[in-house]
Amino acid sequence: MAQPLIVTRGISKVYRMESYTVTALREVSVEIAAGEFVAVMGPSGSGKSTFMNLLGCLDSPSSGDYCLAGEKVSELSGDALAAIRNRRIGFVFQNFNLLPRTSALENVELPLLYGGIAPAQRRVRALGKLQQVGLVERAGHHPAQLSGGQQQRVAIARALVNDPALILADEPTGALDTRTSFELMDLLQQLNRGGLTVVLVTHEHDVAAFASRIVSFRDGHVVGDARIRPDDARARLQAFEAEEAAA
Amino acid sequence: MNWLAGVRTALLALRVNKLRSMLTMLGIIIGVAAVIVMIAIGAGAQARVEEQIKSLGSNLIILLPGSVTSGGVRMGAGSRSSLTEDDAFAIQREVTGVQAAAPTLRGTGQVVAGNNNWSTVFYGVTPEYFEVRNWVIAYGRGFEPADLSGSAKAVLLGETVARNLFGDSDPVGQVVRVRKVPMQVIGVLERKGQSLGGQDQDDVMLMPISSARNRVLGGNVAKLRSVGSISIKIREDADMTASEGEIRQLLRQRHRLQAGQDDDFTLRNLSEVLGAREESSRVMTLLLAAVASVSLLVGGIGIMNIMLVSVTERTREIGLRMAVGARGRDILSQFLVEAITLAVIGGVCGILLGVAGSYAIGHFAGWRIELRLESIALAVGFAGAIGVFFGFYPARKASRLLPIEALRYE
Repeated sequence: MAQPLIVTRGISKVYRMESYTVTALREVSVEIAAGEFVAVMGPSGSGKSTFMNLLGCLDSPSSGDYCLAGEKVSELSGDALAAIRNRRIGFVFQNFNLLPRTSALENVELPLLYGGIAPAQRRVRALGKLQQVGLVERAGHHPAQLSGGQQQRVAIARALVNDPALILADEPTGALDTRTSFELMDLLQQLNRGGLTVVLVTHEHDVAAFASRIVSFRDGHVVGDARIRPDDARARLQAFEAEEAAA
Repeated sequence: MNWLAGVRTALLALRVNKLRSMLTMLGIIIGVAAVIVMIAIGAGAQARVEEQIKSLGSNLIILLPGSVTSGGVRMGAGSRSSLTEDDAFAIQREVTGVQAAAPTLRGTGQVVAGNNNWSTVFYGVTPEYFEVRNWVIAYGRGFEPADLSGSAKAVLLGETVARNLFGDSDPVGQVVRVRKVPMQVIGVLERKGQSLGGQDQDDVMLMPISSARNRVLGGNVAKLRSVGSISIKIREDADMTASEGEIRQLLRQRHRLQAGQDDDFTLRNLSEVLGAREESSRVMTLLLAAVASVSLLVGGIGIMNIMLVSVTERTREIGLRMAVGARGRDILSQFLVEAITLAVIGGVCGILLGVAGSYAIGHFAGWRIELRLESIALAVGFAGAIGVFFGFYPARKASRLLPIEALRYE
């Protein structure tokens, strides 16, 4: 196997409060290969969100090394991290984080804007990604005019628009109903089968079951790392639809 | 991120909070409008003074005869008839800085035309007088050399005199009697309006100096060549003070005054008095503009306030933008452009309001206003600068947020 996409060596994160310190992550070493679909699990306070933020270059580790695609990210400056986030990472958030009163198309174009892509090309690429998530005919709609599932798909199109190496999804189904959750996981599985690395944070076993590997956190440590045979989201969706039709 | 896209984003953000944006802009609008109106009023007042200076004649020195002391009683300026026409000619000829020197005789009297009569001042003048005192002939003709040499019975009427004697009919060619001497009206002077002292400058009549002496005032032989005053115009490029000194020197010499003896004439520099007035109206303009600028400053603080609120409110948006690749400087420029947009739109509205307000005040208060392009440019430049100055702190605050903290902000 080639060099892993993500390598963390003993990364820790310590938050210093005024009178005490909180260690959110202790000496975590994880490798994730390109093309994997990893679910990060753990109760709240386990450090999984901190781990996620470090992987996403939203935060820097207090100690330890983090290499993304062979680049030692833990030593980069703020501007360089912004460029990494822009080009290599796509984020999907629980609450979508779309800009209000801004069209779906413009939301998808946002990373390209900061990537310095020319307006005409921005439009073409953003429309292409909206097509991929099946929302091209809603390109002019504002988030408020879209359903939750549609908003999350716009967010995925935004995450994909710069053709990143890695998708980081933080509780992406947290605000969605069962059916749209299945649809979303189906979309993520398809992207993963297309070669994209997906790291998903969730506390739901149902959701984690769609991944091919589950890394569990507790008290800032990795307490479990297992490869599983993933559930097929499309099959679950069809079963769910059949059940609903019968009822 | 290019500039145009930045402005678009800013407009979008400002549109989201229409009322708030408008109220914020109101501070700048009022400030800019106040500056423009104040400067317009101040400049109008200044222009009026300038115009009065011009109507008086610029770079003007008036020479009056000195005073007579009779038995210890001093009679005041002009009581002595020490100045002569020859003094005027000598000044014009010998003092290099002098453009023209005009000897004048002054008299008052009743003027009769048909069954109208009017009491007015008349001056006996030479053609130089028109140049020195900036008189223009509205219609008819001026004095010619023959009029002077022949003591012609010819007068020019000021606008007020013409109106009072002839109403709307054309006075040129008509005969008026000045102190019972019949004279033909050869022209009418262009209107000058009020002097700084509030006198009507058009209530006047001009005739050749020889006619005034020989026909109207009546001469006594001793005073054959004496004149009431000499008006002197100094060249634009000449030094007033130096010319004044030269004139004084020349006259002392001509009048054979010993060193230590007092001047037998009085020299008045009228332009200086008016210059001081002009200066004071200029200071007034500055003062008004400074007061108005305070409101612009307050408007700027309003912008800062709102931008700070906006940064706090949109912390999550900032976090998201950072997550998808915005650098600190992208966020900085976004908020800065927003503040500047707010200030510039406010500035443009302020100009419109200021211009309209200036005209309204000019119209209703009857004040003269003078809109100047510089003052408008200044106000807008100032508004833009305020946008940058007061927008910078909030924008920098936004750009320094940590992505993760901004994103998790509740």
